[in-house]
Amino acid sequence: MVKDLLKNSAVKKIIEKSQVKSPWLVHYDCGSCNGCDIETLACLTPLYDVERFGVINIGNPKHADVLIVTGSVNSRNKKVLKQIYDQMPAPKIVIAVGSCGLTGGIFRDAYNVVGGVDKIIPVDVYVPGCPARPEAIIDGVVEGLNKLKEIQQAAALAS
Amino acid sequence: MMTILYAILGVTLAPFAGILIAGTDRILTAKFQSRTGPPLLQPLYDIAKLWAKEPMVGHRFQPLCVYIYLAAAMVSVALFFAQSDLLLIFFVQAVGAVFLVMGAFLVPSPFSQAGANRELIQILTYEPLIIIVLAGIHLYTGSFKISAVYAMDKPLLMNLPLLFIVFGYALTIKLRKSPFDISASHHAHQELVRGVFTEYSGRMLALIEIAHLYETVLILGLCSLFWTTSIMGMVVLLALTYIAEIIVDNISARMSFRWMLKSVWASGLVLSAINLIWLYSGGRI
Ligand code: SF4
Repeated sequence: MVKDLLKNSAVKKIIEKSQVKSPWLVHYDCGSCNGCDIETLACLTPLYDVERFGVINIGNPKHADVLIVTGSVNSRNKKVLKQIYDQMPAPKIVIAVGSCGLTGGIFRDAYNVVGGVDKIIPVDVYVPGCPARPEAIIDGVVEGLNKLKEIQQAAALAS
Repeated sequence: MMTILYAILGVTLAPFAGILIAGTDRILTAKFQSRTGPPLLQPLYDIAKLWAKEPMVGHRFQPLCVYIYLAAAMVSVALFFAQSDLLLIFFVQAVGAVFLVMGAFLVPSPFSQAGANRELIQILTYEPLIIIVLAGIHLYTGSFKISAVYAMDKPLLMNLPLLFIVFGYALTIKLRKSPFDISASHHAHQELVRGVFTEYSGRMLALIEIAHLYETVLILGLCSLFWTTSIMGMVVLLALTYIAEIIVDNISARMSFRWMLKSVWASGLVLSAINLIWLYSGGRI
């Protein structure tokens, strides 16, 4: 009875709205030149102020909804990346940032580089650029939230 | 009968008041940093989102600890609105605070452990101060009952001004604001991941946030006891106190726990002693 009430009511609406209004992100830099890393942190400065959209850089995968990965994945840190991804509770989205995050970038031929982030974990949004501009990264997060909405709708259809 | 009604009203309304306070807090903080800041209802969005996350429990007793923490916070708010005994309220909320720490100790994560240790030290720092403040209130009004405070015809602040400052210290530690946000920072990437909260996730974290809303209301409620003669005075006092909290939060850096223990105890004890001696020597009690 209570469960039914929770399922099709205002409460559910509030929860669905909240899920897109409060993306907490964890940011992992796989390496490369660090350019994209710095641009990602620039989003959090007063100039861009992503807290307007409820975004918090939470730094803890167990609390996060969005994983932003910059830099090319290498054989050393691919396990770490996988672990961070696994520690995040669903629903979660992954955003790969920068040429390195997408394909390995200019480092793709290096002996230890595995390639893009999607070789290790599923990626939802790709943000190109070398380095990616903060505006593009914010756009990527917003795009990711649309994806989250799609996931919600799919779950609603399935149930 | 009336008291039970007040208690129920208090418990139902407190989280909403807490959400508005926390939302204003975040907007004001953003304004101080020349940002726009999140919407006013952001704390509600955060809690609702956390509620719907996939459950991940580090240890099977962790949920129990969270429930007790929340229950203690709710009971203490209910007791406050029922104008009950100050000491009772204090001990009930202390039990809750300890269970939060126990939950963090249950998991082997070093961040959680270090955060729990620091949280214990924070509790150790502010509890004696609150006890002294309550003792001061008792000396002045002759009772631990909240109704006795309301029976006074002059605001407590007139006679216990230094104790109010001491209470401000406790408030800052309890709200985990800089310079005392050493056990768990609001800005998690800066220190210890998220300290005591690191290993709580999803729904458990949502419950902890709700309990924190209750605690904020309780502490501000205790603050309001210092001006009970007029509603206007009470509101002004609370607003000024909270804005002072936010300003201190924004202008100070995080300090070490040793500094906290030394400075807060030293200044807190000296201020309380001066205030109590002044009360005695002036023949006010
Ligand atoms: S994409 Fe370019 S700026 Fe970004 S990490 Fe790679 S090399 Fe650096």
